[in-house]
Amino acid sequence: MELSKEEYKVLVSKTMPHSKVLRDCAMAFLVGGIICAVGEGIGELWSLLPTVTPGKAATLTSASLILLSGLLTGFGVYDRISRVAGAGTLVPITGFANAVVSPALEFKSEGFVLGTGAKMFIIAGPVIVYGTAASVLAGIVYGLAKAVSL
Amino acid sequence: MNRQGAGVLRLKSRPSVVAWHAHVGRKEKQGPLGSWFRYYSEDTTLGESSWELAESRLQQLAFEGATAACTLQPDTLLGGDLQNQCTAGAYAARRTALPYVGLYGACSTMAESLALASLLVDGGYSGCAAAVTSSHFCSAERQFRFPLEYGSQRPPQSQWTVTGAGCALVAPHREGRPYVEQVMFGRIIDLGITDINNMGAAMAPAAADTIMNFFKDTGSSPGDYDAVYTGDLGEIGSRLLLRLLERAGYNLTNHQDCGLMIYDRATQRVGSGGSGCGCSASVLCGHLLPRLCSGELGNILFVATGALMSTTLFQQGESIPGVAHLLNIRGC
Repeated sequence: MELSKEEYKVLVSKTMPHSKVLRDCAMAFLVGGIICAVGEGIGELWSLLPTVTPGKAATLTSASLILLSGLLTGFGVYDRISRVAGAGTLVPITGFANAVVSPALEFKSEGFVLGTGAKMFIIAGPVIVYGTAASVLAGIVYGLAKAVSL
Repeated sequence: MNRQGAGVLRLKSRPSVVAWHAHVGRKEKQGPLGSWFRYYSEDTTLGESSWELAESRLQQLAFEGATAACTLQPDTLLGGDLQNQCTAGAYAARRTALPYVGLYGACSTMAESLALASLLVDGGYSGCAAAVTSSHFCSAERQFRFPLEYGSQRPPQSQWTVTGAGCALVAPHREGRPYVEQVMFGRIIDLGITDINNMGAAMAPAAADTIMNFFKDTGSSPGDYDAVYTGDLGEIGSRLLLRLLERAGYNLTNHQDCGLMIYDRATQRVGSGGSGCGCSASVLCGHLLPRLCSGELGNILFVATGALMSTTLFQQGESIPGVAHLLNIRGC
């Protein structure tokens, strides 16, 4: 092939279709916003119970959204919404739930231990690892900043 | 010597493709070639407990369909698929008592297996050889990408793995059946594509290389053939192929791509087109061979392309090597 890798790279970049960024952003904003609005509504409903404090209502709202997302993933609806919503379904807590539930379902054919158990965090695992590491780093920086200011 | 130029193998006995069978999934049945696919499964699990077994079942159905359509019984089975360790083929072959040759050429496997089957017959080593190839969207997704229910957006250059299998039986020359006149095994070409979603771009240079070498070695030109069918370059790969050939002085106006033929890109949300070794296999066995047999097509080049990466090497940052194998098939 009388063509260098660099020349081919240029040719490919000219041929590549572009993602519809504006439409994708609008849909992500819209669907992400709807999920957050649903969350607000669920939070308001929990707050109606006399024993639920605002702090508890927030925790119960997160748990409710996780449950809903898990159910929608199981029914095969979540990935259909994500096709058009993109980051709108990825960023909220529901996206995290989907990332855990979907491999848990997919790999159950390899058994509950080596399938579901081992593969459950195949997508969410890195988020947990680097999320924890980042929070430790942030904690150290915060601690140092506080010590210096004292 | 039956070898011409750099690697065109002329099959003097002109072995015939005596029987064929394609079995596809629901999405492929709903595509533009739907009326050609007489055998399909509404249920993509095909009644099996896992996607891997479902794909294996596809191969078995294609093989049984082809053998039922022919009085000859195959003595050798050449098969391949996209699964790790080519298990769809090997597990389907458990039900046959035939010598089995497992092949991996990624999406080029149909051309690879059919070319080898033709050579076995041409050399007198087989009285009837079966070439069978499959892919399944769900088994490919979980192996190469994400779980099915994971919510992600596909980039526009990505392709959709075809759920389907094709089987072709090759036997000594017989009148009234399409025959294989020449085959050419392609070289590995890697022009540095590292985007695993852009298989078309990774494979197009290999297709261009094989096609150009074939024209050069045989002294033929695109106009000598009714059509040149590539396996699964999709929209982007096809455009790149035409550009690459144009640079080399070949104007391929009669090019068609199985990945573009099998789905309607406007309505079926398949990105750049279909892919997987079941793509070229089912289009060849469900659409092209019947048309060659009816005389609608007289002389074609079938060039199936494969991207020979693994997820491990891709994650290590390696670029994707491509390959393209070619068969010159003539109609009745």
